[in-house]
Amino acid sequence: MAEDRENAEAIISEVHKKISDAFDVFDHERNKTVDVREIGTIIRSLGCFPTEGELQEFITEIEEEEATGYIRFERFLPTMTKLLMERKFRPIPEDLLLQAFEVLDQEKKGHLGTEELTKYMTQDGEPFTQEEMEEMLSAAADPDKNVIFYKDFVSMLTVDDK
Amino acid sequence: MLLNETRIASYFQIQAMIMGCGTSIETENQGKPSAADGPSKNPSPALTMKAAILIQRWYRRYIAQLEMRRRCTWNIFQSIEYAGEQDQLQLSSFFTFMLDNFTHLNGNGPDLISHLLDSVVEPWTEEGRQAKYEQISVPESYTGPRLTFPLSTTDANNLLTAVKEQKTLHARYVLQLLHETKKFLKQMPNVIYLSTAYAKEITICGDLHGRLDDLLLIFYKNGLPSAENPYIFNGDFVDRGKKSMEIVIILFAFLLLYPDHMHLNRGNHEDHIMNLRYGFTKEVMQKYKTHGRDILKLLQDVFSLLPIATVIDNKVLVVHGGISDRTDLDFLSTIERYKVKSALRLPRCSLEQLELGAGTRQGRAQLGSPYSQGRASRSTRKRKGYLARQSSCSSTSSSSSSSSSLCSPCISSLNTPRRNTPSPCNLPSPSGVLQVPFLDSFVSIAPPEPTREELEWRQVVDILWSDPKIQNGCTPNTFRGGGCYFGPDVTQNLLEKHGLKLLIRSHECKQEGYEICHDGQVITIFSASNYYEEGSNRGAYVKLGPGLVPRFFQYQVSRSTRKLTLQQRVNVAEGSALKALQEKLYAHRSELMTAFQQYDENNTGSISIGDWAQVVESVLRLDLPWRTLRPRLARLAPDGSVDYESCFEDVSPGQPVPQVTPNFAETLYRYRTDLEIIFNIMDKDNSGLISIEEFRQTWRLFNSHLGVDVDDHAIDEMARIIDFNKDGSIDFNEFLEAFRVVHKLDVKEQ
Repeated sequence: MAEDRENAEAIISEVHKKISDAFDVFDHERNKTVDVREIGTIIRSLGCFPTEGELQEFITEIEEEEATGYIRFERFLPTMTKLLMERKFRPIPEDLLLQAFEVLDQEKKGHLGTEELTKYMTQDGEPFTQEEMEEMLSAAADPDKNVIFYKDFVSMLTVDDK
Repeated sequence: MLLNETRIASYFQIQAMIMGCGTSIETENQGKPSAADGPSKNPSPALTMKAAILIQRWYRRYIAQLEMRRRCTWNIFQSIEYAGEQDQLQLSSFFTFMLDNFTHLNGNGPDLISHLLDSVVEPWTEEGRQAKYEQISVPESYTGPRLTFPLSTTDANNLLTAVKEQKTLHARYVLQLLHETKKFLKQMPNVIYLSTAYAKEITICGDLHGRLDDLLLIFYKNGLPSAENPYIFNGDFVDRGKKSMEIVIILFAFLLLYPDHMHLNRGNHEDHIMNLRYGFTKEVMQKYKTHGRDILKLLQDVFSLLPIATVIDNKVLVVHGGISDRTDLDFLSTIERYKVKSALRLPRCSLEQLELGAGTRQGRAQLGSPYSQGRASRSTRKRKGYLARQSSCSSTSSSSSSSSSLCSPCISSLNTPRRNTPSPCNLPSPSGVLQVPFLDSFVSIAPPEPTREELEWRQVVDILWSDPKIQNGCTPNTFRGGGCYFGPDVTQNLLEKHGLKLLIRSHECKQEGYEICHDGQVITIFSASNYYEEGSNRGAYVKLGPGLVPRFFQYQVSRSTRKLTLQQRVNVAEGSALKALQEKLYAHRSELMTAFQQYDENNTGSISIGDWAQVVESVLRLDLPWRTLRPRLARLAPDGSVDYESCFEDVSPGQPVPQVTPNFAETLYRYRTDLEIIFNIMDKDNSGLISIEEFRQTWRLFNSHLGVDVDDHAIDEMARIIDFNKDGSIDFNEFLEAFRVVHKLDVKEQ
């Protein structure tokens, strides 16, 4: 029993360190605060896949009562630890991602046109900003044919960087 | 196909259940096959939306990972850059240490000392220099621009054409240009007050750091300087980039051509000691073999004569670094700016203390200091006899309240804690604490009041080296080792005090080329794109129009015609940063291995990730996310612990290192840059050679200053080995080459 508890503590300690490292990358002032706009990046880099809506909920939970624009580590750590331990915002299986593209590819061509994809991404779901769209196209689109071979794109998106 | 849609729909259902929130959108196909056969042509809008969200979620996560890597890479570059600048201060403290200990050396010290003293000679006594460039003849075969003074627009255009065609301006014209620039700058005040009454807009550019392409791009986009198109260039024209000489030539030419519409502020790199380390000195010596030294001397004067600040319409203050809570524009207007040759050289009081020693030196004859208030305390000190001095900063005698602390650089010894614990410290006179004999014991007295010269020096250093911070207050900038961190309250106070409304500064690389902080009162403008690496950042310039409302213009010079994707940019920059880290690890190999082994009790060759990260952080003293970086730097053993020797695998010496102890070789590798600087100073005639004896003496002194334990025998052995010609002199470039490293992966690719 004691051993289990030790293991559990060790695991939590590791999780805390991971969270702390990720947080520190954006802690420019070295005072354990980060700009609230970077929280999304931090959470996602720790392996979570929240939607924008879910992200906003999370932020509301950890913000100060009077929003300062900053998130303190003391509030971030416990909530984030819970998130990771409970495996909330779990990763989406890769094959589902491919199928999502296939849903959009109504004619089952195996690729999507840039206008087509742009329409979906900027009008449906939680729309992309123009910058996000441009960046996606620059990474995904075949420059000569102006289409997105989404199978290749999915492979690229799902490369594990660990 | 149907199955996919069903699966996606049911996935969202599950998600919703886990999240504990119901979804209001029911899917029609949940759990049951559709009535139609074959693939459905039009998926329901609900499904489309869900598919879109899924893709967006995934994509945003992918971007976040890239952003994390990019940010990490950025931090690595910045940490290494600033650590380098701190080392620079260490070098400067070595010079001070040598000067301090000069009196203890037998006979004359190495020529190094006379060179350091030389550099303090006043510019006013060098009128004789003028005749020099007139005597230089320009050969018929020279196809570059031939300048006539006063300069005309034709000359300026010829210069622009020449740099684009990669033609080097002849040394004679360089010297003449510098001479005229110096003459011109002498009559300029420290703080220039401008009015934008005639021009519609004024353009302000930030750091260029020898990136000619960026300057040419700015001129292309924004037009050349003229009466209708005024410019301010806010310092750091040189170092790091390879075309610093071309940049200063062009900037000075336009300065002379449009003296009322072209303005240059001094930056922290307009400083001959910084130039020794960061490449400008080398560039000049390589491009101008015969006259390089004269050019450098003249540049030194010109740099110290550059104005410190510019004020536009009494509303906008433009300085290179920033401000401190001691900054006072009125005081700044009265100082003798040319006396601050280098932020890294202490004011002359350190030299005056040499009066205690024997011998007269040429430099001292010129130390006609008019500062009477400082004199009294110094002579009092002299009367007290023997002084034991330390050149490290003493934290015991400092004031610690942040609002009134003296913001000044700390001459750090090796053991001074860096970034994480800024320690407020007193102004570094070379003595932190004075020990004075009183009756039978030694009594500590507080250091004397700073002299006027020290105050002036401090004000200038604050202007050239400070950075803004988010929190209120003013604290020493220990990250850089010079200047302050100044908060919004400091900005507010200064702007109010002088009736200003905006501070524009540079000095810090920003990803977008500019940044606004302190509630819109501070703008950082940085004009060298791709500063750390290809694709690392944009450059920008700012235009102030009527009402002084800022407009920003960004750009990025690109080597390749095809735009790199974000992932490619991140990969390139990251690769570069990691290589730099690997070299750092290599340079501290012995120290690291000793520390690793302390944690490895059973001698397994591996230690936990946490321990590995701790060791690396404390030895390298770089505050970086080592656990996150670990996968790129070291391998894991089968049991999940870190195989610590694997950190050193990818880097090896470029050539077989002379047979010396590994510890010695490593130290040489680590201080390669410092040694290069020292050798360059000593090499008076630019021959690339110094005497064995000079090498020996310098190396010994350097070692004792660093506290490195290398015995004399090793030094002698080294000197013997590298005396390749057996004629008592060494080619130090060859010597230093032996301590370059290569990255094994690069070699493989070749």
